[in-house]
Amino acid sequence: MAYSFDFTAVAQYHTQLAVGVGYTLMLTALGAVLGVTLGTLGAVVRAWRIRPFAQLFGLYVELIRNTPFIVQLFFIFFGLPALGLRLGEWQAAIIAVVINLGAYSTEIIRAGIQAIPRGQIEAAGSLAMTRTQIFRHVVLQPALQKVWPALSSQIVIVMLGTSVCSQIAAEELTFAANFIQSRNFRAFETYIVVALIYLALSVGVRALLNQIGQRFVVKRRPA
Amino acid sequence: MNEFSTWDILRNLGFGALWTIGLSLTAFVLGGSAGLLLLTARMSKKVWLQRAARAYIEFFQGTPLLMQLFMVFFGIALLGVDVPPWLAAALGLTLFSSAYLAEIWRGCVEAIPKGQWEASASLAMTWLEQMRHVILPQALRIAVAPTVGFSVQIVKGTAVTSIIGFAELTKTGSMLANATFQPFMVFGFVALGYFILCYPLSHFAAHLERKFHAPAH
Repeated sequence: MAYSFDFTAVAQYHTQLAVGVGYTLMLTALGAVLGVTLGTLGAVVRAWRIRPFAQLFGLYVELIRNTPFIVQLFFIFFGLPALGLRLGEWQAAIIAVVINLGAYSTEIIRAGIQAIPRGQIEAAGSLAMTRTQIFRHVVLQPALQKVWPALSSQIVIVMLGTSVCSQIAAEELTFAANFIQSRNFRAFETYIVVALIYLALSVGVRALLNQIGQRFVVKRRPA
Repeated sequence: MNEFSTWDILRNLGFGALWTIGLSLTAFVLGGSAGLLLLTARMSKKVWLQRAARAYIEFFQGTPLLMQLFMVFFGIALLGVDVPPWLAAALGLTLFSSAYLAEIWRGCVEAIPKGQWEASASLAMTWLEQMRHVILPQALRIAVAPTVGFSVQIVKGTAVTSIIGFAELTKTGSMLANATFQPFMVFGFVALGYFILCYPLSHFAAHLERKFHAPAH
């Protein structure tokens, strides 16, 4: 009994797929912006050992990095209503992504900040730069520049991880895949197509982050 | 109505955790073996073999683990075989781990200075002999820390297999949460279970990293 593949059965659902891609990208973008912001805050607090927040962020980083994303998501979506905090599927998904990426980027950016030689900060001080100026131009910008590739990889990993948000009925790309295969009964074809879409998204998001890195993070220096 | 005591919940989660550990070990051992083969292909002098290995790694690193599990689960079913969830879970995670481990180890092999290759070649060693006696012993030293680090990713990855119905820690947790109406406590315990499994591994990986990055003398 030979199985004949039928990819047209997937192609006719292109609208659902497009909507799924849109939601996956939106979730990733929002999660990346807020997550990296949270990570920057955490990195500064951790690198400069600001008490008691440094310890709190340390605990947060260890808790998140040593538990699976899907469990974090379930805890937020199913567990928190017990405390009276009822969240919609998108709210839960975004919060989970931000909390997850925040922990990883705290560690990534902290490594970048700690790699800044002390002498550079002292030199900037001797040039009468204010604390804010030093932080922006001498600490944060070079630190982000150094860790941008690692940060980009983590954002792509988080995007791939959002596929489990389908389990709380957030209608992203995997949710679309599940919907389509329940209609056309072509599970294998559907998941192959969607996997290839994810592959294209990873390549695309990585390229986009490279561009952003070159435009904003790596500032051009006068020759 | 609620016949589950906290002890019952913990006991059942304990059983689930055993399956998580079993699946993690299986995926680590099989994924490591497959990863070694993949590494050989990736570093081979035959261009087609190199490309095939690269495409494989690119695919499994660029798609969600959940999609890979679905493809294995429904792919084998096409052959007319009934796929038990544990088989799909083990196979899917093995494919996933092999791609990452091969890529991690490639970095380690490439970190060995070119002179080592040239010197061993000048001693008329074959490629296999060079690998066996010169390159791998040095590469292994660098590889230990990131490999232990990746084992944490494998343990966390097993949680995704709950979606294809493998009754490990997360799936057991979901079922218990539905049965007891105490999702806060149950998922709290589930998270704690993963933390207990993963934290020592993370800690050990960080320790190894410090140890091997320290100057040799």
